[in-house]
Amino acid sequence: MNRYPKWMYTLLAIALLIGLVYTLPNFFGEAPAMQISSARSTLKVDDALLGRVEDALRKAEVKADFVRIEGESIRTRFPDTDTQIKARDVVSAALNPDAANHDYTVALNLVSRFPQPGPSTPAVVHFFWPKPMYLGLDLRGGVHILMQVDMRAVATKRAESLSSDLRALLRDKNIRSAGVSRVGDTVEAKFRDAETLNRALALAQDQVPDLQWATAGEGTDLKLTGTLREASLRDTQQQALKQNITTIGNRINALGVSEPVIQQQGLDRIVLQLPGVQDPAKVTEILGRTATLEMRMVDDSAEAQAALAGTGPVPFGAERYVERGGRALIVKRQVIITGDNLNNAQAGFDQNHQPAVDLSVDAKGSRVVRDVSRENVGKRMAILLFEKGKGEVVTAPVIRSELGSRFQISGAMTSVEAADTALLLRSGSLAAPVEIIEQRVVGPSLGADNIAKGFNSVLYGFAAIALFMCAYYLLFGAFSTVALAVNLLLLAALLSMLQATLTLPGMAAIALTLGMAIDANVLINERVREELRNGAAPQTAIHSGYERAWATILDSNVTTLIAGIALLAFGSGPVRGFAVVHCLGILTSMFSAVLFSRGLVNLWYGSKKKLQKVSIGQVWKPRGEAVAPVGQ
Amino acid sequence: MEFFRIRRDIPFMRHALVFNIVSLLTFLAAVFFLVTRGLHLSIEFTGGTVIEVQYAQPANIEHVRGVVEGMNFGEVQVQNFGTSRDVLIRLPLRGDVKQAEVVDRVFAELCKAENGSLGKKQAASKPGESGERQACTTAAGAEPVQLQRSEFVGPQVGRELAEDGAKALAFVVIGIMVYLAFRFEWKFSVAAIVANLHDVIIILGFFAFFQWEFSLTVLAAVLAVLGYSVNESVVIFDRIREAFRKYRKMNTMEVIDHAITSTMSRTVITHGSTQMMVLSMLLFGGPTLHHFALALTIGILFGIYSSVFVAAAIAMWLGVKRDDLVSTSRKDHDPSDPNAGAVV
Repeated sequence: MNRYPKWMYTLLAIALLIGLVYTLPNFFGEAPAMQISSARSTLKVDDALLGRVEDALRKAEVKADFVRIEGESIRTRFPDTDTQIKARDVVSAALNPDAANHDYTVALNLVSRFPQPGPSTPAVVHFFWPKPMYLGLDLRGGVHILMQVDMRAVATKRAESLSSDLRALLRDKNIRSAGVSRVGDTVEAKFRDAETLNRALALAQDQVPDLQWATAGEGTDLKLTGTLREASLRDTQQQALKQNITTIGNRINALGVSEPVIQQQGLDRIVLQLPGVQDPAKVTEILGRTATLEMRMVDDSAEAQAALAGTGPVPFGAERYVERGGRALIVKRQVIITGDNLNNAQAGFDQNHQPAVDLSVDAKGSRVVRDVSRENVGKRMAILLFEKGKGEVVTAPVIRSELGSRFQISGAMTSVEAADTALLLRSGSLAAPVEIIEQRVVGPSLGADNIAKGFNSVLYGFAAIALFMCAYYLLFGAFSTVALAVNLLLLAALLSMLQATLTLPGMAAIALTLGMAIDANVLINERVREELRNGAAPQTAIHSGYERAWATILDSNVTTLIAGIALLAFGSGPVRGFAVVHCLGILTSMFSAVLFSRGLVNLWYGSKKKLQKVSIGQVWKPRGEAVAPVGQ
Repeated sequence: MEFFRIRRDIPFMRHALVFNIVSLLTFLAAVFFLVTRGLHLSIEFTGGTVIEVQYAQPANIEHVRGVVEGMNFGEVQVQNFGTSRDVLIRLPLRGDVKQAEVVDRVFAELCKAENGSLGKKQAASKPGESGERQACTTAAGAEPVQLQRSEFVGPQVGRELAEDGAKALAFVVIGIMVYLAFRFEWKFSVAAIVANLHDVIIILGFFAFFQWEFSLTVLAAVLAVLGYSVNESVVIFDRIREAFRKYRKMNTMEVIDHAITSTMSRTVITHGSTQMMVLSMLLFGGPTLHHFALALTIGILFGIYSSVFVAAAIAMWLGVKRDDLVSTSRKDHDPSDPNAGAVV
């Protein structure tokens, strides 16, 4: 009766094997590494840069384990820190000839020593490849910032842009209004007679569906009011949040942090986690930095041509800028519009289905653009991006015709380039202002200290329980201890597999879960003893002991799980870290304490037909006699 | 080894009234302290700033307090944290000060008080990592004070966390009650939740009495303990149900006594094991886990008491009967059940 079928043992063995494989990366430790990322949004990390890095390393005879592009940066790994530091100096010198003005960030960090699949392997392999546990900031040190996005500002901005849309529409259709304006988050247009109002209403409902339109007033004082629709408002805010995340991501990339986390939290918050960063002031400086965008005319006079050729000075009232790609341009100083007037920039297609960038500017901007473009058809207009006080030409298209509030840049670009340009134009500033509402900084030594404390808590607690179990329940206690160790192994494997963030409260949860998990084995062992006490044969006692304890174990784990799920659902920050481990631990403990320990017992005792004694410690019988130590 | 050699069932229920009065008194004391002293909530709930600094020499708390109070941030708390060299500074929220800058300003002031000057220093958590941090160095090149950790929580976050905590507690209570009512009977579910909620209040009472800091981690411990000590009640209820089926001649009181006596050994060993783990956290976990482990310890001790002596007694007074539980067992032997074995 105490035998598992073969498939059951196989299942247990497979579970154990998977557990071992996924826990393995945690023992490999970390190797020194280097990360190269772009310090300016106009520079991209590409194969050409990879070649330059490889060249520089080869020339200096620095041997790297690998050099490859991962996401937005180039990563390398080195056998030791000396090589790493030498490599940084070499690469830094090669990529940033101008020491005062960095093009690329070269940062040192640590990566797992565990072998990684090559970049050419399919994504599925990458996904399932074992990785070490992801440590939270309280364990490895770093900066955590929670930002609140000002959603009211987003709504206001949207209403502003829609009101300028309406104004342009009315003008196009020759509908005379007595003024279009934004009032709070609504758009208001005034009219003098009912007929015009109705025409305007029909037009607005047709052309500006994002707003819910309503009419009011009487006589000559008529009003058309548009309120943002719920869905449209949500879309706009969602988009603003996404754009903020992208912009912040780009800026943070320049810091060279190895595993930055930038995530949306709730409807209007952004979490930023930068492991290894110790200087929050630098981060807030980067967040607050506004890259500005300016549109200016290109100077193509003879003097300017001469200046470009290097035969004359830059003409008065003009400046020399470098275009993305390296060519120089002479641009007039006079600014047509700035990024503040730009409402949106999106990659799209022109009428010939060629990639293009669609721009839309606000009412004030469109008036200026219209005037300037009318006078300058056939000339080039430059769009400049200023970052850290240094300007660069993003693109300089030729003006084909008079421009309005919406226009397009097209021709001679791929769809990737169009998307890049649109991103750059949008990155001028954050889509909505953000406010830091929570900031945590954990020093590096504190992180290492916390790991040691958490680890020791688990270690000594586990040792104490193991000793006690083995002393009190003898062989059954040993089985329980092995089951508990398997529980720990599976929990570690699950945490590594899911890449759930392990924090100090999470480590406390590991300790607590182990302390609670032993309950299942105590229940079982006590039941088996009780059956023996009541005179059952050893095999029957084992069988019914496990059988009867199961219902109780299930009940008690469900109640604990309810508490765990509540913490997971409502908790945040440290509580979430605790809850994740707690819930996972309950699941693994049910598996290991019941199935695995039973497997061990079955393997040991199951085949013995005439079993007389079971090593489960002393079984005391109330009748007084037959108090014999069992198990020898 | 065998710790428990009990010949006859111990008549716990005969003294049920005494146990419950003891329990009620503790409960009332806890409520009293909660009302009069209140919880010492961490900045996670109240909003504010916490700065942890480490001095090279044992820190002069009075001196540090003087420096920080001189900056006029309102009511500041300065205390040792873990060792005599570590100092924890708590600052309240102030509407007129930009919170993100508070940490820098305080650290600059502390640095000045130690005759040091602020600068950037290469700081790597481990060899092979690059990073910079604010460092305070004296002319001699020593670092008298180091910024270990800082935390700033805005007012809106704090309020939300407090709300979420209350929601989580409500969810746990309702979830457990529904489960127990479904698995056993409503009387047990009420008894278990009354017994264990009073544990929660007692833990909070301890925190109020000693003015220990009540943080999010402690809240997690409290909720975990709630789920855990309900286990204890579940184990006893399971036994009560079994005894009702098995011993038809026993009355309710005897059944409960039998159930408690026969689970006694398991109760003590399980809680002892869990407590060993918690003790290990208390000893080795450092100051961060200190209050977490304390909350668990109190929770485990009172959890045993309330599950064994209070929950069962309440269930008894609510009038648990054999019929309430054994009706389910009749269903087990339903002859029309296709899964039931052959009936001879």
